[in-house]
Amino acid sequence: MNPFDYIRTTDTADAVAVLTERPDAVFLAGGTNLVDHLKLGVTEPGLVVDINGLDLTDIEVLDDSGLRIGAMVRNSDAAADMRVRRDYPMLSRALLSGASGQLRNAASMGGNLLQRTRCVYFQDTSTPCNKREPGSGCSAIGGYTRYHAILGASQDCVATHPSDMAVALAALDATVVVLGPHGERRIPVDELHRLPGEQPERDTILEHGELITALELPPPRAGRSTYRKIRDRASYAFALVSVAATVDVDDSGPKPVIREAAIALGGVAHKPWRARAAEAVLRGAEPNEKTFLQAADAELAAAEPLEGNRFKVQMARGAITTVLTELTGGPESKLDDTTEDAHE
Amino acid sequence: MSDLLATSAIGTRQVRLDGPDKVRGRATYAYEHPVDDPLYLCPLLAMIARGRAATIDTSAAEAADGVVHVLTHENAPALQSTDDAELAILRSPEIGFRGQYLGAVIATTPEQARHAADLITVSYVQEDHDVELREDHPASRPPESGGGDVTVGDVDSALAEAAVSIDQRYSTPMEHNNPMEPHTTIARWDRGELTLWTSTQGVHPTRSTLAPILGLEPDQLRIVSPHVGGGFGSKGVPHADMMLAALAAKAVPGRPVKYAVTRQQMFSITGYRAPTLQHIRLGARADGTITAFAFDAVSMSSQTKEFPEEATKPARMMYAGDNRRLTQRVVPLDVPVPSWMRAPGEAPGMVGIEIAMDELAVASGIDPIELRVRNDPENDPDTGLPFNQRRLVDCLREGAERFGWDERSSQPRTRRDNGWLIGMGVASATYPAGRQPGSVARIRRTSDGYEVAIAAADLGTGTWTALTQVAADSLDVPIEQVELQIGDTDLPNATVAGGSTGLASWSAAVLAAAETFRREHGTDPASGAQSQGEAQANPAAEKFALHSFGAHFAEVRIHAATGEIRVNRMFGMFSAGRIVNPRTARSQFIGGMTMGLGMALHEKGELDPRFGHVVNHDLAEYHVPVNADVAEIEAAWLDEEDPQAGPLGARGIGEIGIVGAAAALANAAYNATGVRVRDLPLFGDAFLPR
Repeated sequence: MNPFDYIRTTDTADAVAVLTERPDAVFLAGGTNLVDHLKLGVTEPGLVVDINGLDLTDIEVLDDSGLRIGAMVRNSDAAADMRVRRDYPMLSRALLSGASGQLRNAASMGGNLLQRTRCVYFQDTSTPCNKREPGSGCSAIGGYTRYHAILGASQDCVATHPSDMAVALAALDATVVVLGPHGERRIPVDELHRLPGEQPERDTILEHGELITALELPPPRAGRSTYRKIRDRASYAFALVSVAATVDVDDSGPKPVIREAAIALGGVAHKPWRARAAEAVLRGAEPNEKTFLQAADAELAAAEPLEGNRFKVQMARGAITTVLTELTGGPESKLDDTTEDAHE
Repeated sequence: MSDLLATSAIGTRQVRLDGPDKVRGRATYAYEHPVDDPLYLCPLLAMIARGRAATIDTSAAEAADGVVHVLTHENAPALQSTDDAELAILRSPEIGFRGQYLGAVIATTPEQARHAADLITVSYVQEDHDVELREDHPASRPPESGGGDVTVGDVDSALAEAAVSIDQRYSTPMEHNNPMEPHTTIARWDRGELTLWTSTQGVHPTRSTLAPILGLEPDQLRIVSPHVGGGFGSKGVPHADMMLAALAAKAVPGRPVKYAVTRQQMFSITGYRAPTLQHIRLGARADGTITAFAFDAVSMSSQTKEFPEEATKPARMMYAGDNRRLTQRVVPLDVPVPSWMRAPGEAPGMVGIEIAMDELAVASGIDPIELRVRNDPENDPDTGLPFNQRRLVDCLREGAERFGWDERSSQPRTRRDNGWLIGMGVASATYPAGRQPGSVARIRRTSDGYEVAIAAADLGTGTWTALTQVAADSLDVPIEQVELQIGDTDLPNATVAGGSTGLASWSAAVLAAAETFRREHGTDPASGAQSQGEAQANPAAEKFALHSFGAHFAEVRIHAATGEIRVNRMFGMFSAGRIVNPRTARSQFIGGMTMGLGMALHEKGELDPRFGHVVNHDLAEYHVPVNADVAEIEAAWLDEEDPQAGPLGARGIGEIGIVGAAAALANAAYNATGVRVRDLPLFGDAFLPR
């Protein structure tokens, strides 16, 4: 743990300006990830800029009937918002399946997206880690990899992105609004996070000083959607595999046909994994078990599991097919309620 | 046999007397004890598993802001005794396990101490380490302590002749106690005397261990521990953290030094349940009668200090069988020192035994309850003594009735609901009914009641309340007239809250003191009247095999496509003699069962053999059950008194709740899926379609 300076700001432009001037500065929002890392010595900033005073706490309907959620809205508030629950139930479920009630009360929407990827070796400064110290080696490869990637990993890093919310946002084609030293830009959530490649120290494409100010959701989609999280315990655990899916079935013809489908996977990669190969199989196909297995297999064909997480390929296959079966099983089909609020 | 105590307060659902203080934050835990001008300690830990610290450069740390002292083996105060290698810390640069203490920084704030500790540079001479437990490890040997091997009859021949047999290997992983309150100590030396405000399961046993090492007379060491936020055995004996605080404080006489062990440090410093490998062979006649019982167990131990996790222990007395062979071995490795964790021996041992019994039930086509009934021994197979009250069969039968065992299909994979497979399982529970001699209680008449003083411990278990109830009935007064004092070596001696002996042992002292008090002072004593009484050993222990029994029932669901395993309900039926406080007793039972759920489904220390430490060393990565895992959990007990337990008629209940619980869940998982998992925990991976 290193000594650091601490300031508060209530102005977004000021926040960006302060960070731009100081390469060793970081933003502090809910602190649910950063404070852990400060204590563990994983990150050692010289300046912590507290942005909890920024006026980015509104949730508002956009002109196109999409929804804009301020970056400093707390996860609990977003999950409980009636518009989110009604129009984007997948997002609400994803939020409620993340962390614990206490953490969700603290965590901001922007901060949730910017959680660092998770790996026990990344968090343990006594072991080598390319993400913490580029070039020092990856301890996870050949080690404990239960929660690690099966898709899109590299020789340098096999960590996974831990956010549930981000998986839902990827499936929803959400956009992040970013303010930086050169003004504002919009980035699709699916493009915000990156695969590790040879630069595992970079989790996202954001440049130093860029600040997420809002998330924008496109207008609500037709069809049914859900978020299903497979984890080792019923609550307060990271996903082994999770599935965010929305499926729209056309029942007007002699046989039902999938009109549109969007799927993203969590717990399997360095970023929320948009399952476009699976979506391509589903689009225009009849919704049945064979189709679902084909879709899952199309996506998982690229899987390269490690010794300690081979099971995740079959687990992902089971999760995808289960979710698709539930979403296309007619109005009476029961969604498996594994979100934490089901227990409250 | 002594007459049973007439009860009035005992047996009532008394609410926790310490509850209001706890919910208001007024109950003072060790770290919260108010002290003036404290200093804070941050340890320096070894980052290799074997070798030595060639140099430790503390110069930058010493120069850092707020640093008062830096302790290493080069300047650590002398010890009177170094026999206990776990506690004789900072004697040399040698390293026996990763995470071992190499030193400590004492500073004005905890942050300064932590920062300065990071500034210390250590150069290591690393040696090859070995942290991998295997059955055929060349270092495997019989433990220095423990029950020893058992050979009765000819197991091999009996197995060869058996109509039905089982030959399987089971394992339990490294498990970590993880009480909610970490191990915390405030240490202060004043004129050669030491006070430790700490979190311990026994102030006097801790003093007896530490005082000789520190070269102190008993009355020069005071230990205060009125409230303990869970121990589960990890605070049963002092670990190195208490020594580190004591040594650090000695370097700054007069100043209190505060040390709270971090969650990560708990995985290497404060003990854990050693992993076990269990080879079990059962042979039986066609009617299920066991003719051969062979159990060969190997557990991990530490090169630093031996601790045998004696998985074979419950096999000595659990079931009948004319031919028996039990062997227990330990493999000392370059790992942290294992220690007590709730029901050491019984908890892991009853995993293998009770899953094996389930396998034998399947193999012989007999209901698992009936199989256990048929193998219920008349006398203790180990000692030949009669049992005090062996009511396992009553627990199984009564429990089955209440749980709804008849809804179970004996055929796996036959119950489904919306993609989930549902199954039921059963397992037996057992734990010795021990009572320790030597505790002393002092009773004094005050102006408005009776002060009852005994240095017992309350780990959150309910001692404050239950022992008050016992004292009230011993004196035949309402509980409002009893003012209990516990948790301080300034009070009369008390034995450890361990091995489920706490309440039984302390109550024996309170009963003895009350008897003496009434004999000496009558029923209308003057204020200030005072008497003492001491707990004697239970004479019944020589004539009877003293045990408690129980039966666990579980219903689980496992998702056919994703492998997720969840617990629908658990039910435990126990025989534990008289229940002193049904409210706190229920919490003890279901707490043990919940820990058994964790053992079954979640808990596993991932020891990375390359580095030699547990890499999932926090509560985000090392899972214990959360509320959502516990859907419906209930415990009940037979309405009984045990005259062999002494006048109180009660047996300890701290551990039996965990024993067998994990096996019941594993057996339920088999019943749900047809997949037999023999290695804990039961992760969902095992149940995925192949």
